Amino acid sequence: MPIAAPLAASPAPSAAALADAARPHIVVSGVDKRFVIPGGEIVALKDIDLTINEGEFVCLLGPSGCGKSTLLNAIAGFSAPTTGTITVDGRAVKDPGPDRGMVFQEYALFPWMTVAQNIAFGLEIKGMSRAQIEPKVNELLAMLKLAEFRDRFPKDLSGGMRQRVAIARVLALDSPVMLMDEPFGALDALTRRSLQDELIRIWSATGKTIVFVTHSIEESIYLADRIVVLTYRPGTIKRDIKVELPRPRDSASTAFNELKRELSALVTAEQHRFEEVEVKGLTTD
Amino acid sequence: MNISRFKALGEGLLVPVAVLLLWQVACSAGWVNPMVLPSPAAVAARWWSYLAPLEAYDPATESWIAWIFSGELIHDSLASLSRVVMGFAVGAGLALPLGLFMGTSDSIYRYVNPLMQLLRPIPPIAYIPLSILWFGLGNAPAVFLIAIGAFFPVLMNTIAGVRHVDSIYIRAARSLGASRLTIFRRVILPAATPYILSGARIGIGTAFIVVIVAEMIAVNNGLGFRILEAREYFWSDKIIAGMLTIGLIGLAIDLAVSRLNNHLLRWHRGLES
Ligand SMILES: Nc1ncnc2c1ncn2[C@@H]1O[C@H](COP(=O)(O)OP(=O)(O)OP(=O)(O)O)[C@@H](O)[C@H]1O
Ligand SMILES: [Mg+2]
Repeated sequence: MPIAAPLAASPAPSAAALADAARPHIVVSGVDKRFVIPGGEIVALKDIDLTINEGEFVCLLGPSGCGKSTLLNAIAGFSAPTTGTITVDGRAVKDPGPDRGMVFQEYALFPWMTVAQNIAFGLEIKGMSRAQIEPKVNELLAMLKLAEFRDRFPKDLSGGMRQRVAIARVLALDSPVMLMDEPFGALDALTRRSLQDELIRIWSATGKTIVFVTHSIEESIYLADRIVVLTYRPGTIKRDIKVELPRPRDSASTAFNELKRELSALVTAEQHRFEEVEVKGLTTD
Repeated sequence: MNISRFKALGEGLLVPVAVLLLWQVACSAGWVNPMVLPSPAAVAARWWSYLAPLEAYDPATESWIAWIFSGELIHDSLASLSRVVMGFAVGAGLALPLGLFMGTSDSIYRYVNPLMQLLRPIPPIAYIPLSILWFGLGNAPAVFLIAIGAFFPVLMNTIAGVRHVDSIYIRAARSLGASRLTIFRRVILPAATPYILSGARIGIGTAFIVVIVAEMIAVNNGLGFRILEAREYFWSDKIIAGMLTIGLIGLAIDLAVSRLNNHLLRWHRGLES
């Protein structure tokens, strides 16, 4: 059984291989991102070419500092790439916008709004009326098991609850793309697993395109259709791996662990380079 | 009422009661000149006569409510309070919008901040001569001085509040599609509220200090005026009665403001109510 089909390192054939019925949704081409720092420059991203198809669940995987957030923020429109272009739905990304819902690692809920107000906020911005917002919020509260917390403030919620609210807030917008930056990184293992399952359920039901940043190999295999492994400084695409395990995935299965071993080798190599640079203070740039 | 509340109250009263007793004993035993330090009983008696209506109740000329509130103490307190309210409204009313502008716009900040830093260390009291030159005597200079006292704490905290808004909230709002105006109204303003309110609290405290000083100089009623007037007659009991009233009103204002803060900031992590 072909469980993992590693694609060639160069992106062009990978896009072609996937392109039978799929429609490209997010296209990153020739993207470099350099940060000017005192006494030099950090090449956070280099020569990134990546095509993500509609409805795909893609994980960006790599050790700390390899540029995962930088790439995601560029797709979100928070910071423009130094060179290269990013298009979503054929349109060049210039600003952040509600067509690309973002879920942050730090939740980023508005602490002065209740759970229901947080979820309703994006809808109010859209100009929807109270009468339209109310049922939509209720539906999302029910969907994410938040109904009884609707009038609580974020400070009174657990981390898992907060992240549920953040997901509901983005789902409310019905954005075709969902960008998630290590959303479950701060959660305990059980909560994380239950939110992962919920995310998969929502994704299958809605058919959204999801770009999910993680540094957990396990998490990426559990969730993704495709895992994009980044290298450390400069951040390039090291491997683009299609995961063809049936869902729900069993993290104890042989196939799962085979893939895990393979990814571990890839990520560990980058982790060593990370340690050399950040810990021993050498520079590769 | 639970027992621990009573216990806390008892503990809190222990030292004041002891001080009061010692004070009374010292006066009754004749250890101190009553002109220098009148006994607590004398102060209480004076406080009562200061509070009580000056004339006997006459239903023909006034309602009984007006009569109850006709005492000198009530008039003075209301006069002082109304000056605090007016001065604070003017000072905070100018500081808040200016602080919001300075906090949101770097260029306004760069132009205006040096002047503010220059003026800020000047204590409101130092404006007294100028305020009398400009406004003469009466309420106007008093309100001016109080406004200055309230202005800077509110300004500085508003700027700090706006500038310290965590950028993650702004990014979240932008990705939800919020316009600049919406971000200002729904994100920056509420996020800055804890700072603004603590500035307001400091501002009210300053206003309360300044009102007493201003009344000693520019007007002929109010608590500050009254205790200075009492000195001319060597009424030390009335001075102390007035001071205690000032303390009680200050305490009441601070409690009220902190109640209001707790309500407005019930979402805030630092506050458990
Ligand atoms: N604003 C910035 N200025 C300078 N350097 C930056 C900036 N943002 C990111 N970098 C650098 O770019 C590199 C990539 O950062 P990025 O945040 O994308 O990493 P990451 O893969 O998301 O890491 P983590 O898993 O720790 O979140 C890092 O070396 C980081 O130090
Ligand atoms: Mg990151």
